[in-house]
Amino acid sequence: MSPGGPGTPGTGSGLDAAISLQRPGFGLDVELAAAPGEVLAVLGPNGAGKSTLLGVLAGLLRPDAGHVRVGDTVITDTAAGVHVPAHRRGVGLLAQQALLFPHLTAVGNVAFGPRAAGVPRREAERRARELLAEVDVAALADRRPAQMSGGQQQRVALARALAPGPGLLLLDEPLAALDVDATPAMRSLLRRMIRDAKQTAVLVTHSALDALVLADRVVVLTGGRVVEHGPTREVLTRPRSPFTARIAGLDLVPGTACAEGLRTDDGTVVSGRSDSATAPGDRAVAVFPPSAVAVYAEPPHGSPRNLLPVRLAAIEPRGDVVRLRAGAVDGGPDWVEGLAADVTPAAVADLGAEPGSALWFVVKATEVGIHAAGS
Amino acid sequence: MTTTLDQESRSRRRSAPDRRHDTGVGLPWLLWIPAALAFALIVFPVLGLLIKADWARMPELLLSDAALDALRLSLLTAAISTALCIVLGGPLAVVLARGRLRGLRMLRSVVLLPLVLPPVVGGLALLFLLGRTGLVGRGLDLAFGITVPFTTAAVVLAQTFVAMPFLVVSLEGALRTAGRRYEAVAATLGASPALAFRRITVPLVLPGLASGAVLAFARCLGEFGATIAFAGSLQGTTRTLPLLVYLERETDVDAAVALSLLLVVVAVVVIAVGRPRTVEGLR
Amino acid sequence: MKVRVLTVVTAVLCLALAGCGGGSDGAGASGNRTLNVFAAASLTDVFTTFEKQFETENPGVDVKLNFGSSSDLAQQIVNGAPADVFAAASDATMKSVTDAGLAAGTPTVFATNVLQIATAPGNPKGIASFADLARPDLKVVVCAPQVPCGAASDKVEKATGVTLTPVSEEPDVKSTLGKVSTGNADAGLVYPTDVLAAGNRVQGVSFPEADRAPTNYPIAVVKGAPQAEPAQRFQDLVTGEFGRKTLQAAGFGTP
Repeated sequence: MSPGGPGTPGTGSGLDAAISLQRPGFGLDVELAAAPGEVLAVLGPNGAGKSTLLGVLAGLLRPDAGHVRVGDTVITDTAAGVHVPAHRRGVGLLAQQALLFPHLTAVGNVAFGPRAAGVPRREAERRARELLAEVDVAALADRRPAQMSGGQQQRVALARALAPGPGLLLLDEPLAALDVDATPAMRSLLRRMIRDAKQTAVLVTHSALDALVLADRVVVLTGGRVVEHGPTREVLTRPRSPFTARIAGLDLVPGTACAEGLRTDDGTVVSGRSDSATAPGDRAVAVFPPSAVAVYAEPPHGSPRNLLPVRLAAIEPRGDVVRLRAGAVDGGPDWVEGLAADVTPAAVADLGAEPGSALWFVVKATEVGIHAAGS
Repeated sequence: MTTTLDQESRSRRRSAPDRRHDTGVGLPWLLWIPAALAFALIVFPVLGLLIKADWARMPELLLSDAALDALRLSLLTAAISTALCIVLGGPLAVVLARGRLRGLRMLRSVVLLPLVLPPVVGGLALLFLLGRTGLVGRGLDLAFGITVPFTTAAVVLAQTFVAMPFLVVSLEGALRTAGRRYEAVAATLGASPALAFRRITVPLVLPGLASGAVLAFARCLGEFGATIAFAGSLQGTTRTLPLLVYLERETDVDAAVALSLLLVVVAVVVIAVGRPRTVEGLR
Repeated sequence: MKVRVLTVVTAVLCLALAGCGGGSDGAGASGNRTLNVFAAASLTDVFTTFEKQFETENPGVDVKLNFGSSSDLAQQIVNGAPADVFAAASDATMKSVTDAGLAAGTPTVFATNVLQIATAPGNPKGIASFADLARPDLKVVVCAPQVPCGAASDKVEKATGVTLTPVSEEPDVKSTLGKVSTGNADAGLVYPTDVLAAGNRVQGVSFPEADRAPTNYPIAVVKGAPQAEPAQRFQDLVTGEFGRKTLQAAGFGTP
């Protein structure tokens, strides 16, 4: 049992994990840590190993090697042959689907964990009602899941996950299956109940916004390995992997740092401003927001800018703007593929652009940040 | 806050089927013809029984000692057999649905054998196993002086044999539909596998278990071939309603028809009682 | 593709219908005439012999045999089944056909059967008489009173004053015999014909009281039979010299 005791969301325990798990065609090899009360976001493309990671932490999967410690308790240690079963780990889970037990009322669902821990029924139900009030669904306490909306179910599921007072809470894309309308409220509820309440948690998400709002730190997982980690804001504003850049909504060009900025592997120089940590010769990435990209049908004249020949690959409407997605031109650099430029619909009309058109992406050097990319 | 929540869930409830306004997607009209034929194939023969029935003699035919004994025996044995199916077949369904052993797939097809085997052959098989000269029966006879054939226990065994697949298949289906996700959630909430099974899995599959039990009971009620081959036919001990029907039709077709109708009534009552719970389930 | 599937389905349906409905056709593909004989199941062996003999004597006539419980067959005939000849295992079942006015002329009894005790080979329980069957250490099976062999058992019990407490009253004589031949019952009341047919799997014990309850096997041509003339010839074969010898060899009594 965690120090907080059942039903008391409060400071969770710290997490320290090193996990290695090999399957045919896939390997997971990660080290993770979260301080007590910290929320760690795990970002990564599909197939990066996020679900496998959560499975190992929850005790539903057994790793080939490694350890998992929550607080002072070792719950997995392959060297010592320790594998505490899921129900004795004190690790809670809130998944995409609420998965409320359909035959129990909201109170019955929330009281389930404390009851399993031996709390008397009356006491467990009293705590359950309190928790339901905290997640703003006190009025639904005696309803069955079938009588609730998806958003309401997810609130009850959150209360249920918190009720046993888990040392560590796993959040597996908790907002992904909700209606667009229900998402913002649930996101702020999660912030209040998890981050503000200092509940140690690991959040798996695809959304930069979720990570920014909910997580103190971020790790980015690709191909079963951690490719980036650090404080959320830092990672998302200075992404070093294409995946992070894409979900952060930023354009990214890999290469080597040089005096003017960055030199790509095919010799093109992208002008930009290096941060203090980047020295010429380092592997680096050039990062710029799509809104900083101007688009022309003919190469413009004038001040020194970055001029990239592209072939228009896709046109994606995004609210007020239109995102133009670049493809490589024949014989041109292929790293332009996937670069985005946000322009107004009127501009698209003026350009007469359609997929396949040859265009020029132009970015001011002052808009381009050069970040060291590690290896 | 409360108001908006209420509105939200009300609008959700409104989306439940509304027979007066909801036209749905409609059915291709071509389906109605075979559907009507299928229904007619089931209903008309039973109507035929009703028309053929000698209603004036009905009370006399149904209240005879032989009929009452057969009805009592049928209900008793079908109830015991259904209970046996649940007690033994329930765990079997869980193993088939949840077990990770190799060869379980093979095992599943073996469980279906009683559906394929002619019941008489099933009865013979039981006789070869548990009869006085059978593999196990010989030992039982020598060691304990127990002979199984010609006893009510033999009727129960025969019925359990033929009805077991109905329970196992329907429960296994329910277990598969329910999946393991709820059990995993229960584990992360601190519930041991045993507790999760009792408090989560069992309630979830209760509708499937109920419908399986109703099917099994109905199959037990109608069981004939395995019973006659394995248990024989003696009033009050082994002569269930179907056996009495078979015998009566040799001399008194009216009695056979009357008893068949009694069987139909019992089956309809069983389905009517068992059905609403299975359909609505617990959701 | 669709058309082909439809054609196949249609063809199969036609064949099925032809197969079901074609049984009463007088003229087959080869120009043969078909004679439909309905006979009690206990007559299976002897009537199969009669079929061969009749077809040899009457080229061009194809005998089709339909065996079953006498009462089932009688029901079928009353409900319009295409029978030319009916051979029953009891007077009572034949009566249901004559009562319906479906027998041409008076039925003739062509064979009789009396009960016999069937025991395990070697008669390990030493059963010597009908009275022995009342011994409490014996598991005895009989036919149910609703069927002819059971009615006969009842009659013998009444005539001798011996009351049996059987472990089972089976719906037909083969079922009764089966319980003995599988070793699950010590004795059963059946017909000598069944004991003979079962070979060495059972042993027969005759008892004099059996004569008090003989079972008659009547035969009749069905009224309005499609093949009335060969039907009469078939009945003559059964009741004639060849028939008598064949029946006696199989264990039947003959009038």
